[in-house]
Amino acid sequence: MGPLFEYALRMGDSCLILGHRVSEWCGHAPAIEEDIALANTALDLIGQTQMWLGLAGELEGRGRSADDLAYLRDSREFRNLLLVERPNTDMAHTLVRGFLFDLWHFHTLGALQRSADERVAAIAQKALKEVSYHLQRSADLVIRLGDGTAESHQRMQAALDALWPYTGEMFLEDQVDADLAAAGIGPPLGSVQPLWEGDLARVLAQATLARPASTHVQKGGKTGVHTEALGYVLADMQFLQRAYPGARW
Amino acid sequence: MSKEWPLWEVFIRGQHGLSHRHVGSLHAPDAEMAVHHARDVYTRRNEGISIWVVEARHITASAPGEKGPLFEPSNSKVYRHPTFYDIPEDVGHM
Amino acid sequence: MYAQLVKTDADKVKSLEEMDPQERRFQERIDDDQKIEPKDWMPEGYRKTLIRQISQHAHSEIVGQLPEGNWITRAPTLERKAILLAKVQDEAGHGLYLYCAAETLGVSRDALIEQLHSGKAKYSSIFNYPTLTWADIGAIGWLVDGAAIMNQVPLQRCSYGPYSRAMIRICKEESFHQRQGYDIMMKLCQGSAAQKAMAQDALDRWWWPSLMMFGPPDADSVHSAQSMAWKIKQNTNDELRQKFVDQTAPQAAFIGLAIPDPDLKWNEEKGGHDFGEIDWTEFHEVLKGNGPCNAERMEARVKAWEDGAWVRDGLSAYADKAAARVAAE
Repeated sequence: MGPLFEYALRMGDSCLILGHRVSEWCGHAPAIEEDIALANTALDLIGQTQMWLGLAGELEGRGRSADDLAYLRDSREFRNLLLVERPNTDMAHTLVRGFLFDLWHFHTLGALQRSADERVAAIAQKALKEVSYHLQRSADLVIRLGDGTAESHQRMQAALDALWPYTGEMFLEDQVDADLAAAGIGPPLGSVQPLWEGDLARVLAQATLARPASTHVQKGGKTGVHTEALGYVLADMQFLQRAYPGARW
Repeated sequence: MSKEWPLWEVFIRGQHGLSHRHVGSLHAPDAEMAVHHARDVYTRRNEGISIWVVEARHITASAPGEKGPLFEPSNSKVYRHPTFYDIPEDVGHM
Repeated sequence: MYAQLVKTDADKVKSLEEMDPQERRFQERIDDDQKIEPKDWMPEGYRKTLIRQISQHAHSEIVGQLPEGNWITRAPTLERKAILLAKVQDEAGHGLYLYCAAETLGVSRDALIEQLHSGKAKYSSIFNYPTLTWADIGAIGWLVDGAAIMNQVPLQRCSYGPYSRAMIRICKEESFHQRQGYDIMMKLCQGSAAQKAMAQDALDRWWWPSLMMFGPPDADSVHSAQSMAWKIKQNTNDELRQKFVDQTAPQAAFIGLAIPDPDLKWNEEKGGHDFGEIDWTEFHEVLKGNGPCNAERMEARVKAWEDGAWVRDGLSAYADKAAARVAAE
């Protein structure tokens, strides 16, 4: 299978798993307004999943639909970033996870908009509008809660410290990234990280949050070696498709 | 109990609307977040292209009991309407 | 309905002659189909009844997110997941519109939420039943939303302006909710034997609780008469229940499901269905807090509220600081 199939799975799986995580908040958020906002984000991500996994199925050419890819692969075949499968824990972890991902997502889609592959460019253009809003919202909330009460500050810092080791993986480039960059389909190598770092520094400063010192990187998402959390997500998500093989819903 | 977020009134200009219309209310800690919340709550079905929010306590409303004195006097000012005047058809469109 | 048992503090409905001039003017405006607006004079009973009814309705929307929300992470396809999430999100929106309508009567949202959490305020009995299978999501959309819509459509003409306007918006948004539920049931009935059995089982469990949503029989309801005189209720419980049965019976037959009531049959003479006796003991037990999920539902709501306190406070604190910074400039 070509590198673009692999890349579409990475994008699609990250959207799928993060959308799943965010949807877990529905009915449980701190205020009704936030409940509704979180659901909007999850809905956008599910829509993006359908586009990326739809493209992956098309590239694969074996007749697998986006649903087949989402519901009938096991965890070793999932290609999402480890960051997005981390549990919600509390709103601090949810918002920080969202912000760290949104920032990467935003700049990645920004590059993909100019992709040499028209299908990729089209998905990126549509998704970028949604992700711009996700980023605006998550950055704003990180700033507000970082610089809110002593408790909110402490929780946001703790979440940042806990999730930080999962950010390095976003910038580890492999042969798939190199091949796509060379073909003008994926972002040029090394192009996203400086943009991410620059914006991150500005937001953390406003949020009065400290950039964690740790340089250790947790990795494995791109090769399908996940954290234990993913298995539970899939057990939940795939239950009906697994319990009633071949049924239509 | 902690402090409740203030109440905001939301006005949205729709896809084909000429002016902003009141669509409802919501709670938010400040104006900027009220705009975000309004986007998330009141434009879920592609309803809007522009949002105004104003804190509810800043709205001054006419007193309901004064409907008569406030609005009925204009009933009799029929000469403010174009149909009050008979212009011969020969004059053409006016 | 979503507000099943709303007390009005009235032993009987007053005639115009028994009212003082102010109340009589108020009643005449209602009889003339004029809308009452927040700052208009209104009898204290009208205000209190509306607060109870609107807040019960709002609480029902918010608690109602939980049984369906259960299945968002387990929805069987990406499209079903998006549809269900959008629907449950709409319920949050409807709760929000309704709390705002109640707030125009001089009560804060936080105070209403406090009443829900302390057990002082009620919400619809229907949300205290468990969602055990995917077919329950279909049954809720089809039956529960179907029953809700039946009640909400006439409420668009309610005498209280803000409530009426909230209902207009809600009815518009809710038009897809019942259809998506029926669509789930149709798909199941066209599927394997196991899927069809799942659909029948869901109908068996949700049918009677859905009929209870319309509230106690008219004969037991003095509150109903006062609420109708005030036009905050347009039809009696039994009228709406009959309408619901008549509408739903053919829909069940169309997809080959059997309604679990041996006494259900068409009565040519009355032009409607006869149906069996509802177990009102169960209804009152659920309202009292003894339904299968009352405790879990409240626990989930209270937990969400308490866990969210630091977020609400943090955002308030930032807003205050930001305002102070602007003021200092």
